Amino acid sequence: MKLDSRIPSGPMAEKWDKHRFEMKLVNPANKRKYHIIVVGSGLAGASAAASLSELGYNVSCFAFQDSPRRAHSIAAQGGINGAKNYRNDGDSIQRLFYDTVKGGDFRAREANVYRLAQVSVNIIDQCVAQGVPFAREYGGLLANRSFGGAQVSRTFYARGQTGQQLLLGAYQALEKEIAAGGVKMYNRHEMLDVVTIGGVARGIITRDLVTGKVEAHVADAVVLGTGGYGNVFYLSTNAQGCNVTATYRAYKKGAAFANPCYTQIHPTCIPVAGEHQSKLTLMSESLRNDGRVWVPKRREDCGKKPSEVAEEDRDYYLERKYPSYGNLAPRDISSRAAKEVCDDGRGVGPGGRGVYLDFSEAIGRVGVQGIAERYGNLFEMYQRITDEDPYKVPMRIYPASHYSMGGLWVDYNLMSTIPGLHVIGEANFSDHGANRLGASALMQGLADGYFVLPYTIGHYLASNKLDKVTTDHAEFRAALEGVERRTSTLLGIKGKRTADSFHRELGKILWEHCGMARNEAGLKQALQEIPKLREEFWQNVTVPGSGDSLNQQLEKAGRVADFLEFGELLCLDALHREESCGGHFREEYQEAGEAKRNDEDFCYVAAWEYTGDRSAPVLNKEPLEFESVHLATRSYK
Amino acid sequence: MSGNLNLTLKVWRQAGPSAPGKFEEYAAHDVSTEMSFLEMLDVVNERLIMAGKDPIAFDHDCREGICGMCGLMINGAAHGPNKLTTACQLHMRSFKDGDTLTIEPWRATAFPVLRDLVVDRGAFDRIIQAGGFISVPTGSPQDANALPIAKQDAEESMDAAACIGCGACVAACPNASASLFTAAKIGHLGLLPQGQPERYRRALKMVAQMDLEGFGGCTLFGECMAACPKGISIDFIKRMNGDFIYASATARDEKVLLGAG
Repeated sequence: MKLDSRIPSGPMAEKWDKHRFEMKLVNPANKRKYHIIVVGSGLAGASAAASLSELGYNVSCFAFQDSPRRAHSIAAQGGINGAKNYRNDGDSIQRLFYDTVKGGDFRAREANVYRLAQVSVNIIDQCVAQGVPFAREYGGLLANRSFGGAQVSRTFYARGQTGQQLLLGAYQALEKEIAAGGVKMYNRHEMLDVVTIGGVARGIITRDLVTGKVEAHVADAVVLGTGGYGNVFYLSTNAQGCNVTATYRAYKKGAAFANPCYTQIHPTCIPVAGEHQSKLTLMSESLRNDGRVWVPKRREDCGKKPSEVAEEDRDYYLERKYPSYGNLAPRDISSRAAKEVCDDGRGVGPGGRGVYLDFSEAIGRVGVQGIAERYGNLFEMYQRITDEDPYKVPMRIYPASHYSMGGLWVDYNLMSTIPGLHVIGEANFSDHGANRLGASALMQGLADGYFVLPYTIGHYLASNKLDKVTTDHAEFRAALEGVERRTSTLLGIKGKRTADSFHRELGKILWEHCGMARNEAGLKQALQEIPKLREEFWQNVTVPGSGDSLNQQLEKAGRVADFLEFGELLCLDALHREESCGGHFREEYQEAGEAKRNDEDFCYVAAWEYTGDRSAPVLNKEPLEFESVHLATRSYK
Repeated sequence: MSGNLNLTLKVWRQAGPSAPGKFEEYAAHDVSTEMSFLEMLDVVNERLIMAGKDPIAFDHDCREGICGMCGLMINGAAHGPNKLTTACQLHMRSFKDGDTLTIEPWRATAFPVLRDLVVDRGAFDRIIQAGGFISVPTGSPQDANALPIAKQDAEESMDAAACIGCGACVAACPNASASLFTAAKIGHLGLLPQGQPERYRRALKMVAQMDLEGFGGCTLFGECMAACPKGISIDFIKRMNGDFIYASATARDEKVLLGAG
């Protein structure tokens, strides 16, 4: 496999402009002759589908939920970065670019990140024009807040519901295009395979989740905006339906999977309450603007009420270890610091897996009303879940799986190693390196969908002559039969364990051995356990009901089956990367408790190539070159 | 306080859109008060599957009260007994040992049942399609700060924009009206300067679509506001009615230019 990143030549700041001019265009009258499939309707998928339709392309969009508005982008709380420099505090495209490359621990592709920072300003304009009700100052201009990993205030927000408002903006644009006839929407449809003809992506196979009908769809280009794989850990902040199936199916059809071991464990989530737990709820990172993180200095104080631990007996460990960034240290660093104090026996709450996020100082400073205005809805949510009032007692938080920086490998044009298959948003790997900074996911999803893909996909279509194909083609028939066969196999096992029970067990293996800290022995053990569990799954899973109607257990079983394969790839990648960087922390590679990168040997993107169910995947490397931001040890001290 | 409950569930079971439905009774033993309502259903389903029975189908996704996918009538109340709380955020500590819980899907002509507790809310998308947007093609806007918006307007707009489209307002309404949902979008966009050019056209089209979908008329009972997990105010319906009346009284034919260019 040859990885050609297609990074344009020339100075960093001019690459995208130059590329935009050099790319071929599709004549307006010809655009409607092209059919583009967009899978997923989150920020990336909805913005892409709407923008492509506005350009005149004939678009089909698929979502497994009952409406495109439900996609999990909706749950993003804190905000979206934009290099507007409205605060006059020294922000610029260059600084957002620098912060993102550094935040990603020098494992992202520079040219993509620079472009992301460039279009970040257009995104804010676009969203405001759509009617996104961002927070404002009394003068009527936009307000900003700070986020982790940055020393400027560049985050735009709509209360604690920024993702919801941005998604509704994109959703409304999408619905406008559906009404105009440019997009055909397929709700409650799940993509179960990509179809390639002669190595080129020409369509997908879907299952109608209401009728069970398996169908083939032909297109001139396919776009995956299907999100991340954080649910591989079972417990995560992701929605229940989030899964790896679309990207993993594409991987098995020839798309390289890049950096699967780069998973983000978010530091501020509500801790696990019991075995029944189905998800973990995020408390926005924005809370760390005003909340102070601490645990008792002494183990014997952990059982006390927080109010009984005197000020001098508290360890504000982030402020102590990272004085210049303090409580706003990046996510990977904050998460590991929480794990470290809990491993030291100083965690609080049930099971000792929790740290305090304390607002008493901020309440003293700006009053209860001031805090309620900033975080009211988050405080209410916390109270609903835990039955504790965070205005009176500190929140208890603990890290949880939240985001996946890894994803399908894409070139500068957002195209995977399968020609015609484009991947956008969290589903690709390109912009966040080994760690994503807060308020950057929304930025990337919308950058890809609104401002990058609409250009690059036109270039692909204008540069390639595609034969006309129909669903009668042998490749479509084979893919369709494959999906139907797999469905009937799952229904026919009739074993003794539910799909959920396998998922839970897989999650435990991964969280234990491939979570916040990883080591060779643990990863090797996980690589022993996962195939065994997978084997048991195919012998002993039980899927009630039939394939020809709404069957949520069948949907779940199919997704778990893919997680059981993907989990192994994740561990394999983590084992091979003998360094610590960003969210990937290998215990063997550290220096004074901080991650130790190895730029000499690992300054590359690991792009895994599928070679068959019984053979190991092949590792391909895309070397990362840093011409604008110099490779340096990340320091937030 | 944590503890365990023994409950009786009466759940609406319906195999498909045209199949007859009925209530079935299940014992839910040993339910932790720390569970969410949907986690309780997960546990019941796990036991049903192990007993060789069909699990209860219900919609859910984010489980943090924002996606709007879940929606159940619990003892006759949309999303259950707690104010400002979706079913996924409702915790079992809100119930007592020995309680009987009746669980039904949203009941409305415009929301046909697909299976058990799952309904089709496609009508909401079609109301948005009729005009619930600002027509601004990607790439065309001016600088975001070129248009100052009074903080009060932005905040009120956000109050309406917080709607999660779950359908509780329809389920709670004796007329199964979608007025609160429709009014929330008309209010969200109509309170902003960006929303003005299409404001009256939007009101006419969205209201017409709402009627076409078979939702009932609004008689201002106020049940919608009481059931809304996001606390959206019935004042937005007043605002929608104002826009609709003004739009109806002043509607002009939309000019179509033929042969231009």
